Amino acid sequence: MSQTAPSPDLVTVNIDGQEIAVPKGTNVIEAARKLAVDIPHYCYHEKLSVAGNCRMCLIEMGMPAVDPATKAPIIDEATGKQKVNWIPKPVIGCGTNVSPGMHIRTTTPMVKDARESVMEFLLINHPLDCPICDQAGECKLQEQATGYGRGYSRYIEPKNVKPKRTVLGPRVTLDDERCILCSRCIRFSREIAKDDVLGFTERGSYSTLTCFPGRELANNYSLNTVDICPVGALTSTDFRFKMRVWFLKQTNSICTESSVGANTVVWSREGTIYRITPRQNDAVNDTWMTDSGRMLYKEVQAENRLTRPLVRGVAVTADAALDAATELLRSAQPGTVAIVGSGRSSVEEQFLTRKLAEALGDKVGAPVSVVSRVGEGDGLLLSADRNPNLRGALITGLIEALPPTYAPLAALAAAIEAGEVKTVISVGEDLAEAGLSAEQLAKVSVIYLSTHANATSQAAAVVLPTLTVFEKSGSFVNQQFRIQKFAQAVPGPAGAADDLATLSALIAIAGGGRGGPVSDRNAVPNGRVETLWKALAAEVPAFANVTYQEIPDDGLLLDATPYASLPFVEGETLHHKPTTPISPLNERATTSTAA
Amino acid sequence: MNLKPETLQRIDEVITHYPVKRSATLPLLHLIQEDVGYLPEGTAEWVAAKLEIEPINVHGVITFYPMFRQKPIGRRHIRVCRTLSCALTGGYKVCDTLKEEFNAELGEVSPDGEVTIEFVECLASCGSGPVAMVDDELHERLTPEKARELAAQIRAESAIRASAAAASA
Repeated sequence: MSQTAPSPDLVTVNIDGQEIAVPKGTNVIEAARKLAVDIPHYCYHEKLSVAGNCRMCLIEMGMPAVDPATKAPIIDEATGKQKVNWIPKPVIGCGTNVSPGMHIRTTTPMVKDARESVMEFLLINHPLDCPICDQAGECKLQEQATGYGRGYSRYIEPKNVKPKRTVLGPRVTLDDERCILCSRCIRFSREIAKDDVLGFTERGSYSTLTCFPGRELANNYSLNTVDICPVGALTSTDFRFKMRVWFLKQTNSICTESSVGANTVVWSREGTIYRITPRQNDAVNDTWMTDSGRMLYKEVQAENRLTRPLVRGVAVTADAALDAATELLRSAQPGTVAIVGSGRSSVEEQFLTRKLAEALGDKVGAPVSVVSRVGEGDGLLLSADRNPNLRGALITGLIEALPPTYAPLAALAAAIEAGEVKTVISVGEDLAEAGLSAEQLAKVSVIYLSTHANATSQAAAVVLPTLTVFEKSGSFVNQQFRIQKFAQAVPGPAGAADDLATLSALIAIAGGGRGGPVSDRNAVPNGRVETLWKALAAEVPAFANVTYQEIPDDGLLLDATPYASLPFVEGETLHHKPTTPISPLNERATTSTAA
Repeated sequence: MNLKPETLQRIDEVITHYPVKRSATLPLLHLIQEDVGYLPEGTAEWVAAKLEIEPINVHGVITFYPMFRQKPIGRRHIRVCRTLSCALTGGYKVCDTLKEEFNAELGEVSPDGEVTIEFVECLASCGSGPVAMVDDELHERLTPEKARELAAQIRAESAIRASAAAASA
């Protein structure tokens, strides 16, 4: 056949007159998407099996005509091209895989008629109360009704009455009247979450989405059903009726829950975050994320958020706090300052933490510990390493080996007990939680950069409030050694300073301790991510050819080979297979600081 | 689930008829209903465990088919046709008469526990309507009078059964 694609794995199809070569096995919706031809659909989801029950994606399909006997192409004499035998009835796009020479039409009267009819059927029993529906503004039914709805109903019969405000689980609320029975949530629960609790009961127009009596939709991925619900049937109990989605600003971010680094969108308005949803990245998290990761925004306005610098527990100005830090660092004997860095810090912060360590030490630099967080991985999107950026600490040179998975601060504790360490700078790590006892904390002066108050902030000499991941920009390196950017979604609270500015100030102070001018601490030359990346590119070999602006939205894969022999704790997750043997320490790690 | 040994045996046997266990959902539900008279609570879980699927999949099947009962019925099951031919020839009157005779609500067990009367769709005997089935036995060309006779017959049979039971006890 003349239209067969040159590569055996590619199939050439003709959609609305345009030819495109797509991989074998692609369905018509996906093939059309590549040509920016939109085929409306509800039940089809690219990451789930094909159900073909909504019928919204009906299209016209034809195949090149061949003589049944000789298999020779039949040529249309008028055009000189091979004739196309159009199938007299529409077919569904989601359930139709491309085949060589296939012709698709999506703009014909038959297709329009089919879409309008399907819309009319779907709207028979669907409540038309969009103004009070929480899905309004991001509802596929509403969207397609604009294109294919009649504008008025031909039905005078009353609509079906079904259960409303059903509590499906701790985080999901169901309105059955709005459900269009697409079964996406059922397929997600069965195929992705592996928690098959949802199903349809009854029949025909009485069909009702339910959880099996006595069970609930409680798995850690339940909120993904809310994301993929095309209508307002499944809603997030946390978010529903809090805010109209069109008022919300969307900011790309990265989930900090674990080293998976799920790509996210943070939805905020006027400095308040309302929800977090997954952002598609087919190499990391597909279109999913955990429920627990979505709740992390609550930390922004938590009761114990630090909003004032503290010196020995007394609220002071930022200047006074830095003065106190200056005094502490200047009076410290050389070699008695230790640093606790964090796998939760961004790449940029880890780089500056390393700089700070170098500035503090005479020749070798101050000793740096990093706190490991090991939990149980779920094999999907929650990895065993609950630090989002442990690999960043390796790449930036903050640490050279992996921190011990058990009792990560044991060495520091011993040094404190031995009187070798008198001052500890903690970059965001709760030292008490990480294993230092109250007595050990009492023996040292702690300079603590932190977002929240805790036992360490109470014991610290100087507390410098910093920002959460939602209030700053930067990057993380996930378990695949993929560097991914996150952007500032909301401003930080007054009184909290950007981590980079604070670290730069401390570096200036430490440098001053060796004779440099202390007043430089306010200049913070590396306080901005973009500026800092010039230094990162110059000093970190892995970033030699990288600029911050050029890191794509779906991340940039870095060379992992230098670290191939390290015993990372992660097991297999959705898009990550560990290359190194799992750390034998992992089993003992349950008593460490895992969340 | 308190099933007779022979039902359990038939269940184990019928599962082997299918390439995938899940396909045996319907036959299993029929066997349980035949044995118990209805599908008692816990059926979905029991069948699901037997077929290595999740209970929601069985629950969907049970609620899909109206012939699967989730509540006990009376000793006799009366099904009156209400599809067009029977409706035109007086099926509703027949049904009303039976309800009156047994003082029963549609779909409920009569107060004496004797019958459950239900409307059903076509019983495939449109030429001889109105028709009704008492358990597996078809009654044709019914009239209110014939329905009263039928009721009397059911009660008589019940009385015989009761006295036989009393005698043997």
